[in-house]
Amino acid sequence: MASDSNATSAPIIELRNVSKTFGEVRAISGIDFKVNRGEIVGLLGDNGAGKSTMVKTIMGFHRPDAGGEIHFKGKKIHDWSVARARGLGIETVYQERALCEKQPIWRNMFMGREMRTKFGLLDVHKMRSEAARLMSEHMGFTSAAVHPDNVVATMSGGEKQGVAITRALYFEAELVVLDEPTMGLSLSETKKTLEFIANIKKAGRSAIFIDHNIFHVYPVVDRLYVLDRGKVAGTYTKDEISMDELIESLYRVARSGKME
Amino acid sequence: MDTQTEDTKPASNRIAAPSVLRRYGSQLGIIGVGLTMWMVFMVAAPIVFLDIDIYVAFAQTSPQFGIIALALTFVVITGEIDLSFPSIMALGAAMFCIATAYGGLPWYVGLVIAFATGALCGLFNGFLVAKLNIPSLVITIGTSFLFRGLELVLMNGTGVPLTAEEYPEMHAIFREPFFGFPIQTLWMIILGIVAWTLLNRTRFGAHVFLVGDNQTSARLMGVNVVSVKMRAFTLVGLFAVFAGLMTSIYGYYFWPTTGEGFLLNTIASVFLGGTSVFGGTGSIVGTFVATYIIGAINAGVVSAGINAFYTQLVFGLVIVVSVVLQTLIERRVRGQSMTGR
Repeated sequence: MASDSNATSAPIIELRNVSKTFGEVRAISGIDFKVNRGEIVGLLGDNGAGKSTMVKTIMGFHRPDAGGEIHFKGKKIHDWSVARARGLGIETVYQERALCEKQPIWRNMFMGREMRTKFGLLDVHKMRSEAARLMSEHMGFTSAAVHPDNVVATMSGGEKQGVAITRALYFEAELVVLDEPTMGLSLSETKKTLEFIANIKKAGRSAIFIDHNIFHVYPVVDRLYVLDRGKVAGTYTKDEISMDELIESLYRVARSGKME
Repeated sequence: MDTQTEDTKPASNRIAAPSVLRRYGSQLGIIGVGLTMWMVFMVAAPIVFLDIDIYVAFAQTSPQFGIIALALTFVVITGEIDLSFPSIMALGAAMFCIATAYGGLPWYVGLVIAFATGALCGLFNGFLVAKLNIPSLVITIGTSFLFRGLELVLMNGTGVPLTAEEYPEMHAIFREPFFGFPIQTLWMIILGIVAWTLLNRTRFGAHVFLVGDNQTSARLMGVNVVSVKMRAFTLVGLFAVFAGLMTSIYGYYFWPTTGEGFLLNTIASVFLGGTSVFGGTGSIVGTFVATYIIGAINAGVVSAGINAFYTQLVFGLVIVVSVVLQTLIERRVRGQSMTGR
């Protein structure tokens, strides 16, 4: 694989032979997948290909079936959980946003990783002011709805997605997973999001980028995985395949399940 | 009225804080209801309500159920309910009596045993609801019978006198006024501050809101939903035992029926206080004020010269109206229709 050239350090995350079964449905099976340091990896595939299941397995929300292994920076992790994954520096923008809509923005922004004072109590004041700063500086939101004390239910779809993205980027994660992050965003918000993803790479951090829109994915990624019916159908570095060839082979894989 | 601030400046595109009414609406509402009722009672029965005695009576009796309501607020915010606390009150107090009156152990050991019993009962409820994922409305009816049955079997259905001579420390803690101030309300204030801090200034409290709002989102972001719910139920168990001991000492006697008649008052205090039936929102301040409103209704109706049969009627009206209003307000904030469809 061409990406072996920068394998001086172990991959940030590596899945080996990971499967996930729900009842009788095998959502993903025998997945081998890795993300190297400073690499943006694209994940493409049709609806139901297993992209979101894979993301949730990486995040520790789903426990992989027996036999599958998850390695973080070369070390095999046994008790993988969302809290563990976030503690190690993996943040995710979920497709379903994962917001609590009756809560104010600041509670959503720091969900699961609340700031505390040195006495161990919540630092509400700091969380409020940080949330306000992030929403206006990072996402450039100016609408009246994005005050940190406002509940998420009152916001527009793009603003909600903005909260989810800002949250993932705030903690300066080593690996950011973005599951359809541009869904519901306006043109300028989409541009901003794509710039963020490019900035992740500049900062030497890694990302997994999932989107239906190949025109969004192709320009920012270094390497691509194509998923089909729960299996890795193919993996490419960007110099191996042009956008037109990629679209062509995606059609082919959707029809036949084979890349070539 | 609450939308006026937004409607008048639609074009301004600046980040604005939500209005005070919107942020603290339910809390201001409940305080308003409390003050209005007080005025009505004062006009209707000035002799009673201008005398300090009625307030001393409220201050002694309302915390007996209000303390549990403080803890129950947590469980309701997580979107669950606990109907077994009256039985936990009795079982905890029974364990105290068994340890001290029958077992001859000192009062402080009895306290430890009583609270441990309450914690275990709450933990058991939490385990069934959160870990095994059984609807709390159903399973806590079951555990309510279980705890009550256990208590009746252990005590063989008999009571225990709890005199001030036998238990001077317990009476000092739970009954005797503290420099003239009703100690029950002093405890209500202290435990109210504890509960407020727990809910608003700790991670546990933050997670209580998140779990009640959207369980899946909370899990996706790494919140341990099972642990949060189990801790909320354990809190109810502990506070229920506290209230059970306070109630028993107040009557100088442990009755095997302790806790009966507490169920509706307590739940009403939580809902009247603005805590949402749907989970995700609620406040300790609301529950605190609502406790005294509920406590006042009973005495107020009687002393205002209204037939005592009206107590339940007024009581029911207050609960139904407050829950309906709260639901309609919530739907309005979310932009849904009146029926929520």
